Amino acid sequence: MDYAKIWFVLWAVLWTGYFALDGFDLGVGFSGWLAADGEEQRGDVLSSIGPFWDGNEVWLITAGGATFAAFPPVYAALFSWLYPALLLILFSLVARGAALEFRGKVRAAAWKSCWERTAAVSSFLASLFLGVTFGNIFRGLEIGPGAYYGTFLGLLNPYALLTGLLFCVFFFFHGQLWLSCRTSGPVALKAAKLAGGAWYVLLLIFMFFAVYSYAATGLSGNFIVRKPLLALPSLLAAALMAAKILLARGFPEKAFLASFSAIALFLLTGFAGIYPALLPSRLDPAFSLTVYNSASGAYTLKLLTAAALVFLPVAIGCQVWVYGLFRTPLTAEERKKSGIY
Amino acid sequence: MDTLALSRLQFAITAMFHFLFVPLTLGLGWLVAWFETCYVRSEEAQYLAMARFWGKLFLINFALGVVTGLTLEFQLGMNWAEYSKYVGDVFGAPLAIEALGAFFLESTFIGVWIFGWDRLSKKAHAAAMWIVAFAANMSALWILLANGWMQRPAGYILRNGRAEMIDFKAVCLNSYGWLEFFHTVSAGWVTAGFFVTGVSAWHLLRKNQEELFKKSFGAGAVFARAASLLLAGAGDRSGVNAAKNQPAKFAAMESVWETRTAAPYTLLTIPSLSGEGNYVEALKIPYALSLMAFHSPNAEVKGLKDFLPQDRPPVLPVFLGFRTMVALGMLFILLSGLSVWLWHKDLLGKYPLFLKLMFFAIPLPYIAIQLGWLVTELGRQPWVVYGLMRTAEGVSKTVTPGQVWLSLGGFALFYAALGAVDVWLLAKYAREGMEV
Repeated sequence: MDYAKIWFVLWAVLWTGYFALDGFDLGVGFSGWLAADGEEQRGDVLSSIGPFWDGNEVWLITAGGATFAAFPPVYAALFSWLYPALLLILFSLVARGAALEFRGKVRAAAWKSCWERTAAVSSFLASLFLGVTFGNIFRGLEIGPGAYYGTFLGLLNPYALLTGLLFCVFFFFHGQLWLSCRTSGPVALKAAKLAGGAWYVLLLIFMFFAVYSYAATGLSGNFIVRKPLLALPSLLAAALMAAKILLARGFPEKAFLASFSAIALFLLTGFAGIYPALLPSRLDPAFSLTVYNSASGAYTLKLLTAAALVFLPVAIGCQVWVYGLFRTPLTAEERKKSGIY
Repeated sequence: MDTLALSRLQFAITAMFHFLFVPLTLGLGWLVAWFETCYVRSEEAQYLAMARFWGKLFLINFALGVVTGLTLEFQLGMNWAEYSKYVGDVFGAPLAIEALGAFFLESTFIGVWIFGWDRLSKKAHAAAMWIVAFAANMSALWILLANGWMQRPAGYILRNGRAEMIDFKAVCLNSYGWLEFFHTVSAGWVTAGFFVTGVSAWHLLRKNQEELFKKSFGAGAVFARAASLLLAGAGDRSGVNAAKNQPAKFAAMESVWETRTAAPYTLLTIPSLSGEGNYVEALKIPYALSLMAFHSPNAEVKGLKDFLPQDRPPVLPVFLGFRTMVALGMLFILLSGLSVWLWHKDLLGKYPLFLKLMFFAIPLPYIAIQLGWLVTELGRQPWVVYGLMRTAEGVSKTVTPGQVWLSLGGFALFYAALGAVDVWLLAKYAREGMEV
């Protein structure tokens, strides 16, 4: 068995899991206030992600840790070459975590609105720059012989910015769907409306993104050679359509699952497109960091596979259980007991 | 300053800031779980009040511990890319396993504990905090096994221009990592014990909710007492371990310059600021240093002159940090012992000065822990992986000093603000007392 290839799949799955899960709480973080009227409803909005966001973010830590352990050169290159982008993501996530925790700790309205704004700005910046980062990965980086020739401004190329925008709109849609099934009353109604509107924007950007990807990146190559891979983008299109139809028919929870699948399929499509590279070079494929030249040794990969087989089902099982446990919105009494104003 | 110096400074600042929050988490989780279990067993509302009060403080502290931990993971790749490439095959595995096996549990069940009061049975709710406490301590184990590998690399060979793992068991059973683990978690438990006794003492001085805070004081004191003894044991073994595996670090810890057998312990040492040797060496206890280093009176202790200047760690901070840490560690045994005794005899009310002292002792374990890590990591210099890779070889090649200046400035401002808010919140909630 070729463990490097198995770990490419696991690597893709961990990042995919991160975006499909944290995507909705990032979206709620920066766009939830649009569905809320007044401080109390903003409280409803943020407490809808309260029990979940921390667990979701562990997927990022795990994806980062897995990159480090299974593909050390990729980890080193991604984080040091894209230093300013990663720094912005990091600051945003730290500020966001602090904001979500601190907001409910003091009763004063000014305190709350200060942290709500922090949560909104930081969630947006994190989404945008995660998108920019992955846009650059999909597009390929300026990797030459043994060195990196890119610049920070070069990271902000139109394709990457478009990917960033796509991430933001996707998370906006995903977050509003979450609110429409995990809050009640006027907030849920308004969120469903916002999600319905956002879907058209999402579709438009998506089509533009697909054409741009085909024209300006090497993503399509693998799909032409291996036709069965086309199932991924086809299912992605189907999931996107399903999300809209289910939402319009009044099944917000199913619509949320459809958009969850759509985000997952979107990332998987991207990862299928760059394979066997994890960081493709746009200068010459020979300089790409791939499963062949960047993986850890077979011993380590075997060990990591065993660890993933033991721990990942437990982790996923616990999270599924938690999503079931908090399926109904937190009551006012429960929020009080949690020490949240 | 160049990228290397700036990156070292940035890592030191962010790691030390992270470690202002971790120790309390490591200890306080057990105490909250214990209080809640007392409540489940006895159905007495006062234990519920205690679990909720200390739990609230736990959460305020926990929040920053989590978010600042993310920084450390990112930074290894951002500022230490060459290091990450060279050791990722070995060093990355415990980090990945930590995230998969421990951090997932911790982060999932903390949410269950915060919000699940009405959705779980009392027993299951208490179990959630036990899981959080256990997972937090397991996280520490994996991280310290990774750090232990940097101190004493094992279970690897050099192949393909990097360190590759060949024996995971050797990585997992690395004595250095396990000693760091016992040393670190027991220090965290001492921190939590002193935190609980100190906050309780503040309330007892003001005669607030005396019964509740007396009970808390007792639990904190007993916990701190037990942990401080374990800490002393772990500390002693760590000293032996350093002498055996990192002789240059040990020599710097004691500012020993000449190699000799049957080495005496010098009570009063003043290291010279420049050049080699000490200004003052007085009050020697015969054989004591050899005993301390190798548990054998005639053992040979290596001096710093046995190492080339470029292979020595910075002596003064390691020496001063070590002495202060040890002195504080002994003080913890004394203070926690007195606390247990006065509490047991129900004499706390008679000694307000002692209560005041215990309140002001809250920061001491924090100081000792920060100094302990300074000794561990500065003492490892000039190596990033002891004997294998120099710190200077590990730094990212593509990162410019300007970028690190920017990130360092950002961290300094940002962390100062977050830290201030968090301490203010902790103080606010600690002052408010329990809800009954």
